[in-house]
Amino acid sequence: MNDKFAIETQDLTKNYGKVTVVDHLNFHVKENEVFGLLGPNGAGKTTTILMLLGLTEPASGIVRVLGYNPNREPLKVKRITGYLPESVGFYEDLTACENLEFIADLNKLSRAETKSRIDQVLEMVGLTEQKNVATKKFSRGMRQRLGIADVLIKEPKLVILDEPTSGLDPAGINQLLDIIAGLPKMGCTVMLSSHQLYQVQRVCHSIGILVKGRMVIQGPIDSLGRETVGGGRYTIEVETAAPSAALVDVIKSLKGVLNVDASGNNMSITTDTDLRGDIAKIVVQSNIPLVQIKVKEFSLDDVYMKYFKESQD
Amino acid sequence: MFAIVRKELADCFNSVRFFVLFLLVLLASGLGLYAVQQGIHTALQQSQAITENGFVFLAIFTSSFPGLSFLNFAMVITIIVPIIGIAMGFDAINSERTGRTMSRLLSQPVYRDGVINGKFIAGLITITLMIGTAILLVAGYGLRMIGVPPTSEEIIRLFFYFVITIVYGAFWMGLAMLCSVIFRRAAGSLLIPIVLFLIFFAWMFLGSVFVPVDSSATINVQIQQLNLQETLLRISPVYLFQEALYVLLNPVVMGLGVISSAQAAYMVPNPLNLGQSLLSVWPHIVGLISLSVVFFAISYVVFMKQEIRAT
Repeated sequence: MNDKFAIETQDLTKNYGKVTVVDHLNFHVKENEVFGLLGPNGAGKTTTILMLLGLTEPASGIVRVLGYNPNREPLKVKRITGYLPESVGFYEDLTACENLEFIADLNKLSRAETKSRIDQVLEMVGLTEQKNVATKKFSRGMRQRLGIADVLIKEPKLVILDEPTSGLDPAGINQLLDIIAGLPKMGCTVMLSSHQLYQVQRVCHSIGILVKGRMVIQGPIDSLGRETVGGGRYTIEVETAAPSAALVDVIKSLKGVLNVDASGNNMSITTDTDLRGDIAKIVVQSNIPLVQIKVKEFSLDDVYMKYFKESQD
Repeated sequence: MFAIVRKELADCFNSVRFFVLFLLVLLASGLGLYAVQQGIHTALQQSQAITENGFVFLAIFTSSFPGLSFLNFAMVITIIVPIIGIAMGFDAINSERTGRTMSRLLSQPVYRDGVINGKFIAGLITITLMIGTAILLVAGYGLRMIGVPPTSEEIIRLFFYFVITIVYGAFWMGLAMLCSVIFRRAAGSLLIPIVLFLIFFAWMFLGSVFVPVDSSATINVQIQQLNLQETLLRISPVYLFQEALYVLLNPVVMGLGVISSAQAAYMVPNPLNLGQSLLSVWPHIVGLISLSVVFFAISYVVFMKQEIRAT
């Protein structure tokens, strides 16, 4: 992962009448990462996405998408960006293949290229057999998958997915998340908006939480929970075969350890840095069998609820 | 944009709508030909072709059913072209919204005006095909029936008639498209142009209702009243189109407006030449063209400013 930004915004603002939907929004998405845009309904996620694509003009502020300004050079942005709207629709009378051909035609792909890419993307989303079925016969899940195929056919550098998993069954969700997780390897940045925190946690490298048009927090997903909920500290959980007060004292005296909570065979150790190696060494040296040791992970729910609650107050 | 034109045309030619409209065109041509068979003799007399002064071939398009003098091919076309135009335009934009394809379409590398321009051009091509078919069918079979080939001037007049009919169709399509931009539901955008068409069609027959001619008044007052009547009637694009094609297809018509019998006595009973015919309906043609342009321009501007949120 390099540190070039695929999306950058500066004080991005959008009003509908007197209502400010997006309010001085600043955020950036690194190239080749999966970025999750979270937020409650009406937080301005879709409006933000539309501004990134140049489909809605911001009231003020700057947007750069892959180095282009979507308001000045919308075609350049749209040529390399794929967008899957929240509720995607197809031309009902056309088959899956014909729908994709039209999009390929709009993207000025050659005929041979179109054919091979259609086969390729339909294969990816598992719709090869339904290639010549009219889309009016498609189920919700099949539409969503065809939507992904539709986004991928132009081989985009940036993919923006608005609620991609809504309405899918668990198997479909898994399949979709696998596809999304594989995109960065193909040189493609992904930005997805979702309410499904578990899914976001599974595929996203970093997230941003949008509440009332403002980005309340953003950052890499692995450090975010520790920094926001845990106050920047590590919580290391140790399970041993037998409880030992002496061991607790030894660990307490270790440099960097702030607190140890022991209950039964478990210890919960709060530290400044990741001291798993040192702690494991001490436990083993004290001749007490070590069962497991791990850093407690904060779930995205914790982070989300914390910020969501704060902004509600 | 041409990708959109291609797709719209392909959609259109595969649709039931196109098939039905084409049946309508065939029906109109059939009616026209039947009228030729029944009424060509009267038409030839009216157009003075029988005295070798008029045009025989053009009489095909103006021959009417005996007893129903207004029902000829030109009149049938006046009625079905708006239907075709409205059918091509009424769901152009709002079907993309209800089908939720709008945001997907606009996130492709196309300018937003490419969408509406593409749809308009595709509609125009379809209308041209339909009108062309109807005119050629009637001209071809009419030629077989009467056996008199058209002169070059008749061909040019027919061509102008063809062009004006396309403009007339484009006007109705533009109106329907404007409705499809404004109204979210296809039902609304279909009903309003149809109601407008019915109003404008009925308008043609309401001249004496708007301004009754007072037969006891002096001749000057009567002429004023007739002129006012005509001006009011010309508000209706249907009437404008009717007048334009009447003059174009009947070279013997000396012009529009009120002619006193004293003036008529001095008129040379020759058909007008093409330039003069065109000159007398030039305002009509310009009026129709500008109406089409105005309606398309309004829908263009409204569409460009619309928010495209799916919800």
